[in-house]
Amino acid sequence: MSIEIPPWVDREQLPVLAAGLAAVLLLLGLLGFLVARRRGRVAGGESSGGGKEDAVARASSTPASPRSTAQRFRAGLARSRSRLASRLAAALGAGGPDLDDELLRILIESDVGPKSAQEILAGLGRLPAHGRDPEAVRAELRGRIEEMVRGPGEPEQLPSHPWVVLVVGVNGVGKTTSIGKLAARHRALGRSVLLVAGDTFRAAAADQLEVWAGRSDAGIVRQGEGADPSAVVFDGMKSAVARDVDVVLVDTAGRLHTKTNLMEELRKVRRTVERVLPGAPHEVLLVLDATTGQNALAQAKTFSEAVDVTGVVLTKLDGSARGGVVVAICRELGLPVRWVGLGEAVDDLEPFDAAEFARALVGDGEEPPVA
Amino acid sequence: MFDALSDRLEGVFRKIRGTGRITEANVEEALRDVRMALLEADVNFQVAKDFVDRVKAKAMGQEVLRALSPDQQLVKIVHEELTATMGGAAGKLDLSGEPPAVLMLVGLQGSGKTTTAGKLATLLLGEQRRRRPFLVPLDLARPAAIQQLKTLAAQVGDGCGVYDTPTSGGDPVAIAKAAIEQARVGGYEAVILDTAGRLAIDEDLMAELRRVRDAAKPRQTIFVADAMTGQDAVAVATGFRDGIGIDGIVLTKMEGDARGGAALSIHAVTGKPILFTGVGEKLSALEVFHPERVSSRILGMGDVMSLIEKAEAAYDAKQAEALQKKLRKDEFTLEDFRDQLRAVKKMGSVADLMGMIPGMKKLARGQDMAGADQELARIEAIINSMTRQERRDHLILNASRRKRIATGSGTSVAEVNRFLKQYGQARKVMKSLTRGGPRGLLAQLGMGR
Repeated sequence: MSIEIPPWVDREQLPVLAAGLAAVLLLLGLLGFLVARRRGRVAGGESSGGGKEDAVARASSTPASPRSTAQRFRAGLARSRSRLASRLAAALGAGGPDLDDELLRILIESDVGPKSAQEILAGLGRLPAHGRDPEAVRAELRGRIEEMVRGPGEPEQLPSHPWVVLVVGVNGVGKTTSIGKLAARHRALGRSVLLVAGDTFRAAAADQLEVWAGRSDAGIVRQGEGADPSAVVFDGMKSAVARDVDVVLVDTAGRLHTKTNLMEELRKVRRTVERVLPGAPHEVLLVLDATTGQNALAQAKTFSEAVDVTGVVLTKLDGSARGGVVVAICRELGLPVRWVGLGEAVDDLEPFDAAEFARALVGDGEEPPVA
Repeated sequence: MFDALSDRLEGVFRKIRGTGRITEANVEEALRDVRMALLEADVNFQVAKDFVDRVKAKAMGQEVLRALSPDQQLVKIVHEELTATMGGAAGKLDLSGEPPAVLMLVGLQGSGKTTTAGKLATLLLGEQRRRRPFLVPLDLARPAAIQQLKTLAAQVGDGCGVYDTPTSGGDPVAIAKAAIEQARVGGYEAVILDTAGRLAIDEDLMAELRRVRDAAKPRQTIFVADAMTGQDAVAVATGFRDGIGIDGIVLTKMEGDARGGAALSIHAVTGKPILFTGVGEKLSALEVFHPERVSSRILGMGDVMSLIEKAEAAYDAKQAEALQKKLRKDEFTLEDFRDQLRAVKKMGSVADLMGMIPGMKKLARGQDMAGADQELARIEAIINSMTRQERRDHLILNASRRKRIATGSGTSVAEVNRFLKQYGQARKVMKSLTRGGPRGLLAQLGMGR
């Protein structure tokens, strides 16, 4: 059998190539072996995010912005609003396929994702949009989006005592910061709060949490770096019961949802909480970075499978990202957004407002459309 | 990476496979699906739209190639356009001119600048370049970032310098100047500036970066971006490009299930080349970005070139010859097996390697590939628990020896048995495959055409 060597293969390299392929073949042979393999821990840490304690430092040194959260949210909104307004007006003027495309673009550029965007637009498609009042179309869009993302917030009266919240997410999305802000909110309502430093992996994560605990006058349970997170959580839960606190906020280390072993670790943390206090955790919050694209949906799915997520915290909404992927998360997984993070100051965590969110996505028509 | 996009595109092409020829109607439909696949992968809206328009124009204008079926034709065009969208040829790191060549890393907080600085230093110091790098922490607002970079410098190894940036106070411009001078005097060939980031682009940051840029006169300014970013990626990249000017891009966190949309959009929008991608936590996990190879991988066509390069890095020619001989003569012992395992480990994760072999991506699907790497470690433990004599002649492994090995490696006798059976089979397969020499191996793999 005569074989023609592909042109990109240098003949000199053939033995090396063959060896490499042989090695890979070996691996293929091993695949069968894998079927019966045990689930185990995979080596590999996480990229260390060194910056978080600094964010705390910065937030504590800068007094809360004089402008209110709503104002800041509006400011962000205003940036996109005028752009959207002119586009929408132009598209509505042109009508036809351009309009569909323009509306699709507006939604896609907010990370809503093609499936959800098409669903939002599906109802509009049947209407003769050409020549319609842009405001009417906008209002309808807004209504549809609002309807899709509307969900219950955290109950005003906490239905259980203590109220245990487990906070999870990938690296660098703002878990610890969100916990600090939640602690401050609960404290402001006169509830006693205990923070559990379950992130034993990242250097200084517990220190960061301790700063937040100090600022909001909450208790904290922590151990040294590298401790078993489940052990810390066990201690924390025991202590919470003993101290009879109102709210327990459990921090966990950030982990990429693709790392099976770390997700396994998270399951164990959840089981530990349950063991100490049957019925807990009462809330499992998944923290998502608003700049994340459709990947956030994969994150939500995997974390839900592992620890039964009950709600979402959407952070970093103060930048140019709109966090539209939560539409898909609400639609496909039925997970309500509970909180949104709008900056680095303590009061920058707000209950999610579906109407405001929808307005940020498609504009609110307060500005006259530019022709 | 790109798995989601790969899967979607494969579905699109499968649909068109049954049809006899390319018509406007079936191309139209396929491209609508391609566009949705791109948008789902977080490709920028405009980029996806332009991409599909170009593919359509090409597909319709194309002479019907008899040799290719409609889906092959479309795959070919999509492949070409994907490559072009990502920048065509691979970009280059510019270290020309009088040393030290200054490289300035910019990007948002959490994009992976500091880690990338460490990876770049490793790359520069590595065998192919042998340039001594000097790391300069300039993120003065984050003491931890300074500490992190110093730790990284130590991990990079001898020959990598780091500037002792004070953890409090100081002006980034003055520090950059002093650091570059120190690097020049110290005979370093490259300076890597790890600048400050913010949660979002703001004017303060841009002003600071401009001042650093004007003082440091970087040979290249490199924008570091998180591959998981959605539609915002393009806005951030253009913000940095217009604010301070960038020469190249590094995409980080490509090892997760990042959709790859940023990789497809960011060059198209900024016009700047993607130089590297970060593919893991290890300092060596920085890969040169080859648009053509990446588009092959996206389309499930494998990436044999990269595989060869990885194999070359892991084996030398003498080793390879020796292995060949052993395989042919059926003298492939457990000791050789272990050498292979170690070489493979050097080449990267099993999932990565599989993705580079044409057609293997499909086979690997559904398997937990993280588990595969874990399994390799267990197998190595089993072999490590054997005596040298046992490794050279596995036939002497009786029940009592197996029991000892299981205990020593923290596995069970059943696992040891299973492994030995696998080893026997692998040996057989390898022998038959290598009978024809390297060419025979290629032929067996269906690549010799």
